[in-house]
Amino acid sequence: MPGFRPAISFTLVYLALIVLIPLSALLLKTFQLSPEQFWAILTNARVIASFRVTFGSALLAAAVAGVFGFIIAWTLVRYPFPGKRLFDALIDLPFALPTAVAGIVLATIYQPSGVIGKAIMSLLGVQVAYQPLGIVFAMIFIGLPFVVRTIEPVLQEFDTAMEEAAASLGANRWQTFIKVILPNILPATLTGFALAFARGVGEYGSVIFIAGNMPYISEIVPLLIMTKLEQYDYAGATAIGLVMLVLSFILLLLINLLQGWLRRQRGQL
Amino acid sequence: MGIILNNISKKFGDFTALDNIHLDIPEGELVALLGPSGCGKTTLLRIIAGLEQPDAGQVFLKGNEVTEQPVKNRQIGFVFQHYALFRHMTVFGNIAFGLRVKPRKQRLSEAEIKDKVHALLKLVQLDWLANRFPEQLSGGQRQRIALARALAVEPSVLLLDEPFGALDASVRKDLRLWLRHLHHELNVTSIFVTHDQEEAMEVASQIVVLNHGHIEQQGSPSDIYDHPANAFVSRFIGQTNVFDLEQTDTFWLKNSGLPTPQIGKVAHVRPHNIELAKATAGTAQAVLKDWQHLGALIRVELLNKEADDEVAIIFAEMPNEQFKALQIDKGEKVAVRIRHAHWFH
Repeated sequence: MPGFRPAISFTLVYLALIVLIPLSALLLKTFQLSPEQFWAILTNARVIASFRVTFGSALLAAAVAGVFGFIIAWTLVRYPFPGKRLFDALIDLPFALPTAVAGIVLATIYQPSGVIGKAIMSLLGVQVAYQPLGIVFAMIFIGLPFVVRTIEPVLQEFDTAMEEAAASLGANRWQTFIKVILPNILPATLTGFALAFARGVGEYGSVIFIAGNMPYISEIVPLLIMTKLEQYDYAGATAIGLVMLVLSFILLLLINLLQGWLRRQRGQL
Repeated sequence: MGIILNNISKKFGDFTALDNIHLDIPEGELVALLGPSGCGKTTLLRIIAGLEQPDAGQVFLKGNEVTEQPVKNRQIGFVFQHYALFRHMTVFGNIAFGLRVKPRKQRLSEAEIKDKVHALLKLVQLDWLANRFPEQLSGGQRQRIALARALAVEPSVLLLDEPFGALDASVRKDLRLWLRHLHHELNVTSIFVTHDQEEAMEVASQIVVLNHGHIEQQGSPSDIYDHPANAFVSRFIGQTNVFDLEQTDTFWLKNSGLPTPQIGKVAHVRPHNIELAKATAGTAQAVLKDWQHLGALIRVELLNKEADDEVAIIFAEMPNEQFKALQIDKGEKVAVRIRHAHWFH
């Protein structure tokens, strides 16, 4: 193949400079700890709780964003409506908004005295901001565009004649959706889910403003790392960072394997 | 009691796709909806299927009015132009789809579904492809699988939208004949849409010629070829030489044995209705410009050089041997005789 050498050289240099070298620095720093110290940091109850909060919230938020994103992408692709372009542009806003701004805005409207927070409080008796639920809300907010933007092009390409074919064979709308539309959109939805999840796990700015940041309850891992850094516990911070990295990598790998399996199910490689 | 369309009209915005269509298709026929692109033939097919709603008029299938019925209740089989196979399912899954979505009470057992799918695969001669995915099939194979899928639900009417449109010429030829034989075997009322008059002539037992949302003529292929109802049909079906007798540059044709006008002033002459002979001094009317080998036939291009201004070209066709026997070369003068013409206004 022509151009292989410059292309692969560029890719390797880029990966080394931007990804591998910083990551191995992280690894090296962790080696300053003895295995016992490392283990002690990780099994600390507050650390375990923060891992549970971060990954639990990110999974839940990605799942919700997956469903909502699917519906929004469907609406944008399938129906004409006034203001569609404006709406379409609004979807990307969380990409561009500084996360701190997003966090402050979300906290303001979802706190018990805030516009929406008050309504949710009186209707459902649930407090959103300064609770673990607030973390999920912030993660949904920043994760949604990933889902919409991955599903949208696939839906656009979807051959609607397949739906007509299903109907002509006697399928009702529900059967058509479950048996024909969903299996074709599922891989893209999974990709969107994985992106939203990864973004949610790493999210810091918007979450800390709405989370309340109570240890054991609504403290996320990135915040814990920041706290350790502020206490000059660099080794402890990198230890937690490393574990977070490994966990995220395993989860993303699993999602990728699931996608590969789905694709093989449909005879595409 | 096949298919009856009554007063069907359909507009897309300002564009009239179908204008007051009446159509009666007897049970068991294999009908071609033929017309140029944009004539409304696909819209008409989709209205029969229930994929499109007419603005006015009624659709009757087997004597029952189905105008308000959604497509899933009409018991039709529809074969899409680009097949629309479910790409995430195997060939088997595609054909079984219509059987598996039936309400539980009417649904066959999996074993019966398996038998039926394999029987259909045998019918379309592709039994060995059951576990392939659509992307792994050739165009002709996809086409036949799409047909098997449509037949699985035992439709009372089979509708095909440009069934051979996306195929190679050689595959198309095979599939045309195959479809005709299959129709003989199953005898289900079938309608297919095509813009290819040759295809319509070859496959259909009845042809409906559409133009600008109107039906121009309905009849058997030989009816339509031998007795075109109007100038559009005559020009659209097969090759035709058009002679406008009011144009001065065609005055010479009057001397070519053109049968005298009965009605109208435009004569349409099929190429095979033009007879040529080696010219003697007094009988020369045209010059042989060029000729092409069409297989069994030779097509001859004739020029009239004696006309003053514009030069008219007419086409004649004759069997190979006949042309050889004439022994005419390019540039030689020939005598022309017209055996038969259709007259239109």
